[in-house]
Amino acid sequence: MNGNELRNILLAAAGLGLAALLPLTGSGYLLSLGVTVAMYTVLATSWALFSGPTHYISLATGAFYGLGTYVVAVGIDTLPYPVLLLIAFVAGGVAAGLVGLATLRLSGVYFVIFTLGLAEMIRQLVTWVQNNWGSHRGLYVLTDITEEIIYWELLAAAALVYLVGWWINRSRLGFALRIIGNDEVVAAHCGINTARSKVLLFMVSGSVAALVGGLLAPRWTYIEPAIAFSAMLSFQVVIMALLGGASRLWGPLVGVIPFTLLWEVISGHFPNQTTLLLGVAFLLIVYVIPNGILGRLEQLYRAAREGAG
Amino acid sequence: MDILITGLLLGGTYSLIAMGLNLQYGVARIMNLANGEMLVIGAFAAFWVFTAGQISPILSIVVVAPLAFLLNWLIYRFMLLPLVRRAKSAGQLEVDSILATFGLAFVFVGIMIATFGGEYFTYSYLAEPFVILGETYALNRVVAFVLAAIMCGLLYLWLNKSRPGMAVRAVAVNPESSGLVGINVSRVSAFAFGLGGAVTAVGGTLISTFLTMDASIGVLFTMKALIIVIMGGVGDVRGVIVASLILGLAETAVASLIDPGLTLAAAYFMFILILLFRPQGLFGRRSS
Amino acid sequence: MARDRTVLSVRGVSKRFGGLVAVSDMSFDVKEHQVMGLIGPNGSGKTTMMNLISGALRLSSGQISLQGSRISGLPAQEINRRGVARTFQLVRVLPTLSVFDNVIAGCAFGHRRRWGRDAEDHAHDILERVGLEAVALAPVSSLTYIDQKRLELARALASDPEILLLDEWLAGLNPTELQTGIELIKDLRADGRTIILVEHVMDAIRSLCDACVVMNSGAKIAEGSPGEVLADAEVIRAYLGDDDA
Repeated sequence: MNGNELRNILLAAAGLGLAALLPLTGSGYLLSLGVTVAMYTVLATSWALFSGPTHYISLATGAFYGLGTYVVAVGIDTLPYPVLLLIAFVAGGVAAGLVGLATLRLSGVYFVIFTLGLAEMIRQLVTWVQNNWGSHRGLYVLTDITEEIIYWELLAAAALVYLVGWWINRSRLGFALRIIGNDEVVAAHCGINTARSKVLLFMVSGSVAALVGGLLAPRWTYIEPAIAFSAMLSFQVVIMALLGGASRLWGPLVGVIPFTLLWEVISGHFPNQTTLLLGVAFLLIVYVIPNGILGRLEQLYRAAREGAG
Repeated sequence: MDILITGLLLGGTYSLIAMGLNLQYGVARIMNLANGEMLVIGAFAAFWVFTAGQISPILSIVVVAPLAFLLNWLIYRFMLLPLVRRAKSAGQLEVDSILATFGLAFVFVGIMIATFGGEYFTYSYLAEPFVILGETYALNRVVAFVLAAIMCGLLYLWLNKSRPGMAVRAVAVNPESSGLVGINVSRVSAFAFGLGGAVTAVGGTLISTFLTMDASIGVLFTMKALIIVIMGGVGDVRGVIVASLILGLAETAVASLIDPGLTLAAAYFMFILILLFRPQGLFGRRSS
Repeated sequence: MARDRTVLSVRGVSKRFGGLVAVSDMSFDVKEHQVMGLIGPNGSGKTTMMNLISGALRLSSGQISLQGSRISGLPAQEINRRGVARTFQLVRVLPTLSVFDNVIAGCAFGHRRRWGRDAEDHAHDILERVGLEAVALAPVSSLTYIDQKRLELARALASDPEILLLDEWLAGLNPTELQTGIELIKDLRADGRTIILVEHVMDAIRSLCDACVVMNSGAKIAEGSPGEVLADAEVIRAYLGDDDA
């Protein structure tokens, strides 16, 4: 570990520590916003762990998230909450592994298409199962877990994701993913098991999304398929991560904060225009800031330095 | 028997939609994820013309097709061609075009919700019984099927027998070599993209005669068209038609035997089978 | 030096693409420390043969073995791990990685794995070997064409392969670069590397190869020392066409 890395870790720890103080403001609105930001930070960062280096656009976040929510909702009366979170984490990984095994051997287009409809498909299946064998449509999650606790749990999850991401970036697995993102044929001829590397990292990302779903389940109290499996969530995560910049570990955070705030404003004042906002954000990313805000800042920084020197 | 015919009727209309996507993906090399929205726009136009002026949806095709062609041509020319030109690799173009067409899809949905609202829209046209082999079917489904079949046939003939059709097929096979033999690849691509959009919009007009639609349903049709194209094989007209019929049958069978809420799950089931066993498409040859 | 141990053995290998037979019933051996030239006119199936050995393509029939154990049918990454490394006909470097990391990519996963300090030291040695030490930290996009080719060679060498496949590695170089390139391969030969070269440059074939296999229309038409095969009537006919023979 060199000086730079130590500095980054200290900065990150300080930032998290500061963020952990948010509930002390006593403002319910700020706390609720904080939960949303923390949730998207974890989701977008773990999304970028896989999609950043490989450029495979995953739209499955909503599916894994919903899976985690459902694991908690189904088991909340029988098993302790931490055990349910663990099950959600594992279930997300297994689901991602299966999706990965079916699609990641093939080109990126198949993967995008498969993940695009996944949340909706699982929603249909869960609804069908509930209609035929369940006693009622929805499930109640009644716990004494407060919003503060959810918030702190999410911060802990964020710390975990950053640590795992930092470790992966230094590991051979992370390096393999960067090579795969450059040229898959070369990667295979360097001895990399490309399919296995992709599936492994996609599983990490799926596990985290399911864990976040599980963490958020107590916030809803009443859960039904249409709430848990939201395709919109997947798109929001993609936009936030790409807006910030998916090539760096902390890039997604740079996108999460402004987009969440903008989303709050738009959905508060013009609830019918959120879809339009998503569309415009996608177009903005492709045509104006293809490397994200972070990429643009780095570009400006380099230009300024060259101009000065 | 009932399932078989209803499935085939539905599949026939699907084939027109998938044909549109296949032109766009197979020739212009753009995976157009706003394809389903083009279908909804075609349906919307028919609905609007029908409710406002009692004009037959079949007649509205005459207007829908050229307008959709123009709109898609403009999209290709001014939004997608710049991406094609700036892309350093096929992978980058893939990611860019996926994101851009997603953006476009959401913008379309957003505009439709803003102008017409998010309600379901439906109208009653040719909702009369029609008897085939002793069973009764809705006449509008039969008419939609017949028109879709005619259009698929015309498209097939045009692609295989005419000079411009040959240029389109040449670009589909190999854009680089087509450029070398004097085909203007970006013009043919723009044309194919426009044509694909027009075909899809007409498919939407036909579907609106018997299905209830809303502004945000497009993505479901995009999924279905994508699954059909992958199942049939990119650029393979015959494969696409067979795949459409299979999907139409599978959906109808699942809807009437198990649960109407599981049609997407049925489509996914086919998709997984294809991915695992024939990723090159039904009639495709396994390459390298 | 014992020159009889067979490193790579190709037996009755064919590759069909649909109805087209690209490689038909090829058989040859490559001995340890041997530099073997795989030559033939354009379209004769040389690159396909290389792709079959490296696992980029699967064979339709036949068998390829490396040091006695079968490698045909294995995926490319497994073949690389067994000790086959290659360069590509159209140079393929990893554009977003630095020159140094391109070489680390060759060290980290392949035949002899190195990671961390060990890999870094090894990468520096190899960059020095191919003459790229000075640009180790530069982005790949700043490299000239020959330097990109050198980098690809360095990446292939980094896993200490049992056999190195060079697919037209000398193509596209100007006369000065060509001399540098030939010298570099001569050095590798002096190190005792086992190499298969696909090459069009006749000077290089004469000065580098211990043995040659000549292909035409997917099949082997001659085998022997460079001097022998280049004087062979059928080889001349294959290169120049029937009219001139």
